[in-house]
Amino acid sequence: MGFSARDCRSVTRAVDEALTNIIRHTYHGRPEQPIEVACRRVRARVDGRRREGLEIVLTDYGAAVDPKTMRGRSLNEIRPGGLGLHYIRQSMDAMEYKRIDRTNQLRLVKYLLPEDSNRVQ
Amino acid sequence: MKISARRLETATIFDVSGDIDLASSPEIRKMILRELRESRTSKVMVNLTEVRYIDSSGVASFLEALKASRDCGSRLILFGLGPGTREVFQLSRLLKIFEIYDGEDQALGS
Repeated sequence: MGFSARDCRSVTRAVDEALTNIIRHTYHGRPEQPIEVACRRVRARVDGRRREGLEIVLTDYGAAVDPKTMRGRSLNEIRPGGLGLHYIRQSMDAMEYKRIDRTNQLRLVKYLLPEDSNRVQ
Repeated sequence: MKISARRLETATIFDVSGDIDLASSPEIRKMILRELRESRTSKVMVNLTEVRYIDSSGVASFLEALKASRDCGSRLILFGLGPGTREVFQLSRLLKIFEIYDGEDQALGS
């Protein structure tokens, strides 16, 4: 799609952290639980400009997530834990959670910067 | 992920390569904590030159190791951070919390 190397790392990081959270907190480390990942190009108007982007939707079949737990924590505390959500929010342009028909759906979007749109693919 | 140790006169250096993630970070955590708590090594250095990727579980492991080093009165030093690794520490606002050097010689001489 023409993302920069830095943005590719950001997307990889966000998806990795989201998967880790599902494995650890939704499925409590149980192996062989299903996680679906769907990717597609999207177009949207962002800040008045038309932007192209990559949408990634992660779906799991675990118990409902309390949206309050998805806020992340302050980085003023120096301690392990709670960094994954922060990385996701810093790495992606949009993050939305929905509970649909007994599934948790996490939607992540990364938009191409205008200069990335001219990048050779 | 691979990790191996070199024991020098003044420090132990862990050379890490590959990805530090949910699957591999427990091993790194275990090795560094053992070096700090059981061997009581005063200077533990971690060579991240060959690390391609690190996630929040990896950072958490290093934070635990940093706390353990402070509890033992030892030093934990990281060096050779690539762009991706540096970004993750920057996102976590930890670049100034850890002792970080560009290369092994600098880290040894510190």
